[in-house]
Amino acid sequence: METLSYRHKAQERAAGSKSLAIIGVVASGNLEVLVERLLPDTECQVDINTAAEGFGAVWEAVVADFVERRSPGGLRLSVNDGGARPDTVALRLAQAVRLIEEEDR
Amino acid sequence: MTLDDMLASLFPEGHDVRNDNGVLLGSGPLRGGGRAVVIGIADRIAVGVDEAIRLSRHVLNAMERGGTGPILVLVDSDSQRMSKRDELLGLNEFLAHLAKCLIYADMQGCQTVGLLYGHSAAGAFLATALATRVLVALPGAEPEVMDLPSMSKVTKLSIDVLKEKAKSTPVFAPGLDNLAQTGAVLSTWDEKTSLAEQLQTLLGSDQDGGDRRDRLGKTRRGRPKAADIAERVHDLALQSK
Amino acid sequence: MNARKLEAPDVSRVANSKTASWYEASARQRVRLMLDAGSFQEFIGPEQREQSPHLRVFDLPTQFDDGIVVGRGRIAGTPIFVAAQEGRFMGGAFGEVHGAKLTGLLRAARDTKSVPVLILFDTGGVRLQEANAGELAIAEIMRALIEARMAGVKIVGLIGGRAGCYGGGGLIAGCCSALAVSEQGRIGVSGPEVIETNRGVEEFDSRDRALVWRTMGGKHRRLLGGAEAFVDDTIQSFRNIALSLIGSVPSFGLDVLKAEQARLEERLQRFGTCADAMDIWRAEDIFDAEAVPAISSLDFMDLANRDGEPRYDAR
Repeated sequence: METLSYRHKAQERAAGSKSLAIIGVVASGNLEVLVERLLPDTECQVDINTAAEGFGAVWEAVVADFVERRSPGGLRLSVNDGGARPDTVALRLAQAVRLIEEEDR
Repeated sequence: MTLDDMLASLFPEGHDVRNDNGVLLGSGPLRGGGRAVVIGIADRIAVGVDEAIRLSRHVLNAMERGGTGPILVLVDSDSQRMSKRDELLGLNEFLAHLAKCLIYADMQGCQTVGLLYGHSAAGAFLATALATRVLVALPGAEPEVMDLPSMSKVTKLSIDVLKEKAKSTPVFAPGLDNLAQTGAVLSTWDEKTSLAEQLQTLLGSDQDGGDRRDRLGKTRRGRPKAADIAERVHDLALQSK
Repeated sequence: MNARKLEAPDVSRVANSKTASWYEASARQRVRLMLDAGSFQEFIGPEQREQSPHLRVFDLPTQFDDGIVVGRGRIAGTPIFVAAQEGRFMGGAFGEVHGAKLTGLLRAARDTKSVPVLILFDTGGVRLQEANAGELAIAEIMRALIEARMAGVKIVGLIGGRAGCYGGGGLIAGCCSALAVSEQGRIGVSGPEVIETNRGVEEFDSRDRALVWRTMGGKHRRLLGGAEAFVDDTIQSFRNIALSLIGSVPSFGLDVLKAEQARLEERLQRFGTCADAMDIWRAEDIFDAEAVPAISSLDFMDLANRDGEPRYDAR
């Protein structure tokens, strides 16, 4: 198992007031993302647990791209990876941010 | 220890336990007075619908007679019967029903004691030995959830690799030590001394109601999380509105 | 900090609660869409990170909730405790933490006495990597479940997910007050592959899907009396049947056990020599038994209600 962690500056705070959201399932080719509103507005962090070792560079690139596009300020995203492809990872990270930005119903 | 020797040591004054193709039914007098109902599986047979229904019938008969004596469940079984017919007929219901009868009886004050004297596995283990209030074993008993060759096939790890991993944790591999450490088996009896005495001691020991196997597993370091997680959920639920 | 409201997400595929597929939904989605909006409070949610301590030995990833969601909410205003297994994580199998969450919930139901429990089964049974802990968890769940029923609690099982309800899950299901199953649902102890591996393909061809469904699937279980109700594969249907069963099942006791003994003995007498489910259905005088596998869920429900055997006093 490998644990990776990336801390970034974000342009702006993620919208909304929810403090917590979760998406996905830890299954083959899939992943779960737990997102918590815990950090200062211009900081974000992505922590990853994965059984596929040696893909640090790929994760780093996907995360950097995600931060650039979605500006997840204030968010800590925690990932349990079931062996997902980079595009699935990118999708889930984006879905997670969208969820925590949604209005509470 | 053969089945006959074990029964003789449990009931030195005699008993009426019969072995009918692996299904044990009967009763025997207790050292301290009263009579124990006896059910069980012998000769390492598989537990299917035909076996389970007879065992549950015997327990219910005892309940209907207003019995208050303990129920002894003797176990030397294979796993549940793996067959099209048993699944077709709803084996899950038959095994659950047997477990329910045992649990109900225990809650009504008929202490249920499991005695694992041979093998048991999976669904058979759940419906018999693990459905009792307390489970003890004879030396050499071999409980398992799943055998290593099958586990090897499913996990795609070699048996050697599984054995190696089993050295560091009691949580998955078969064996009496592991099932004791995780809290399933309370203790192993001494087959060289009177089983009747050991049974009497067990029946008389402080056993307040309530399933404490998870706490036992925690104390013995076989299951570090179960008791605490169950307690936390329980407490949160009670506080919730 | 602990009993937090945690909204489970809608994903774009899930249209609305009335028609959303139970089979396709995740555990969180089933809970979210079944319960009254905003009523769900989760106990030990994923942010607590109570994951399996055992999977790392096998280099396997963990899930933050260890594959089961437990908590409290309301359906049509009725308070309920709910547990939902995620069938796609480790096959929905029972591990130490997963099982303990359900054990604690049932013990709480026993002590509360007045709140029914819904168990959304989606499981292959014991998680092999934690086999002893999983098996013990199931034994403890069965004990806690019967204690709760003895205290008057109604416990309804809902079965219609990807993993079915197998192994020890099948035994827990058999301990519930009542069960509802969809066509996709399966209930059994040994799974098809396990039977084939142990007894050969002549005994059971696990790749013969029609055989699997005739033997263990929702329609057969309903007709056999292995489940009280059959519903179509929507969250709304499961929601409605859950309410209905909670309101109609009798309390548990010796009479129920005796009735179940009689029911099961009669089943063996009538069908013990049947080679296939089709023979059982014919013996039950089911109209056009051959057509059963192919007819729609709605047509099947009509047929089952007419000819099948509901017994609300014998589980």
